Amino acid sequence: MLSFIVRRTLSAIPVLVGIVVVVFFLIRAIPGDPCTAMLGEQATPEGCMRFNEANGLDEPTLVQLGIYMRDVATLDLGDSIRFSQPVNQLLVERLPLTVELAFSALVIAVLVGVPLGVLAARKHNTAVDSATMAFANVGVSMPVFWLGLMLAYFFAVILKDTPLALPPSGRLSAGTLSDPYYERWGWDVGEEGFWAKLHEFIGNHFIFNAFITGQWSVFGDAIKHMILPSIALATIPLAIIARITRSSLLEVMGKDYIRTARAKGAKEGRVVRYHALRNSLLPVVTIIGLQMGLLLGGAVLTETVFNLSGVGRALFDAITGRDYAIVQGFTVVIASGYVVVNLLVDLSYAYLDPTIRVE
Amino acid sequence: MLSNKQAIEQLEALAADQSLLTEKPLSQGRLAMKRFRGRKSGMIGLTIVMFLVFVAIFAPLIAPFDPNDVLVGEVENITRRASPCVHIFGCDSELPQHILGTDGNTRDQFSRIVYGSRVSLTLGLFTVTLALVVGTSLGAVAGYAGGWLDNIIMRIMDVVLGFPSLLLAITIVSVFGPGLRNALIAIAVVSIPAYARVMRAQVLAIKETDYVAAARALGAAPRQILLRRVIPNAMTPLVVLATLGIATAILEAAGLSFLGLGAQPPLAEWGSMLASERNQVFTSPHLVFFPGLAIMLTVLGFNLIGDGLRDALDPTLNR
Repeated sequence: MLSFIVRRTLSAIPVLVGIVVVVFFLIRAIPGDPCTAMLGEQATPEGCMRFNEANGLDEPTLVQLGIYMRDVATLDLGDSIRFSQPVNQLLVERLPLTVELAFSALVIAVLVGVPLGVLAARKHNTAVDSATMAFANVGVSMPVFWLGLMLAYFFAVILKDTPLALPPSGRLSAGTLSDPYYERWGWDVGEEGFWAKLHEFIGNHFIFNAFITGQWSVFGDAIKHMILPSIALATIPLAIIARITRSSLLEVMGKDYIRTARAKGAKEGRVVRYHALRNSLLPVVTIIGLQMGLLLGGAVLTETVFNLSGVGRALFDAITGRDYAIVQGFTVVIASGYVVVNLLVDLSYAYLDPTIRVE
Repeated sequence: MLSNKQAIEQLEALAADQSLLTEKPLSQGRLAMKRFRGRKSGMIGLTIVMFLVFVAIFAPLIAPFDPNDVLVGEVENITRRASPCVHIFGCDSELPQHILGTDGNTRDQFSRIVYGSRVSLTLGLFTVTLALVVGTSLGAVAGYAGGWLDNIIMRIMDVVLGFPSLLLAITIVSVFGPGLRNALIAIAVVSIPAYARVMRAQVLAIKETDYVAAARALGAAPRQILLRRVIPNAMTPLVVLATLGIATAILEAAGLSFLGLGAQPPLAEWGSMLASERNQVFTSPHLVFFPGLAIMLTVLGFNLIGDGLRDALDPTLNR
């Protein structure tokens, strides 16, 4: 097992380096240079020279790449030209929203998707099965942004002034403030440095922060704002998970050991829960890992629809605004997250299915 | 026990039975078609797609207006962002009939949606063809050649897969500039690895079969073996993947257009129609609802066909 972990972890490194290099060159291939994009009318040749010098853009491209690789290795992602802020600071402010959004969506997708799949498989070839699969088929075919807008319309306009009304945009209602846990608990974490930023990053997960500090009104408000975006984002993964669970469970239910369990007189519910479901969850776990990419891509659209300032939206703005540092930094972080999640999935797969370790 | 004579007579009778001779065994293709017809969802998908193809071909006959016609001044009493109005359903006959309403530029939304089917169908088809050709070629070469070539090709595919596909597509479109053609290329590029991987796995399996060994023993050139023996036998799962790929391509293209990177106005494309009216969703929801519904229906149609094909082409699912 240990050698498998080491081998699998090491094999992720070339992919990560490749991603950094590809992003580096891709972003430089975008026509129009950052100087003219930033300085606008003041982009005189002299002004541009000073600008490029200040931002290290006058070095040869390969030297820039070398410097960038060194910086990434030491967790320094550079400064955003547009915001005049370190990219790390922007990540501290914006990544928590996207993490909370993707995580809530994943939780909804798994908690609804798996039971739906089990239900469809147990009622195989009945109306319940057909209805569930019809729902799943419609779910995977739904444009995220359309569903988001329609949900916003339904819950904010049609259900206005009812208890079911939900806010269609933002993270917290105006006037609601989230107190970070370190301030509540009187911890002195300082202003600068890695640990201070790490605390700030953790504290910016409003739902988590409000939960551990018991700020229940903030907690409820943050959850309320998160419901519509996470439902919109969850729909496609949910449908995919339901379909995979169903087909995987159906396959396992035909196995000899299921017949043995039934022959021994086990009740059907027990057979499904203890014998079939566990064995059928392997492909489901893989699929969940693969959904991360979908969730991050969908986050751009969801954040746009619901006016949320997370990394997805910021990345989109940065790409169209030629902000090299943000695009590079955010893409590296997102892609690393993606690689790490898939690594975890592979490892859990190896843990659940011993035959994989041997290969 | 039968005597020899009796047995011979029975065999003769059997040989004389014409029905056995006329009833040919079904070929693989016919068998798959028969199984596909038995799948209700696949047939529903096929119906949806056929309907859309019909709409796309006969768009000029179906649409009451030109999709880009600004109707103010041409049609009496027309207003911007008018709600759907159908006279036989009790809409005031003073008002002009627009069954899906009008958009922010007083264009007829129904006509725009009808013409939009042309854009989406062409786009889906072209994207998948491009990705299929490039992806299967790369996968076939990687699988058949093996060694360093395989390694290089597949590591590049890993890097492409390392990005969330929509984000990579956004980056590529930014490099080449927004527009429908570049969106098409971007979506094709991000879907290449899937085809390459499946093709490679197929080739690896088929390479070891006896008929490939036989061809090699007969002295066939590698290129000939690859083109005549391996690739035709490897296509089955790729057909399914390509059908589902059309659905994904249409969905992603709509996403790009929604972000302003795909189709540019005034082209009647569903994603960009929806994007240009998204801020009016609270006052004129119909301008967001119908283009989205059209996208969903199209994607659903291709997804259902893909599922049906998968069941029909997979002999192990023969239940």
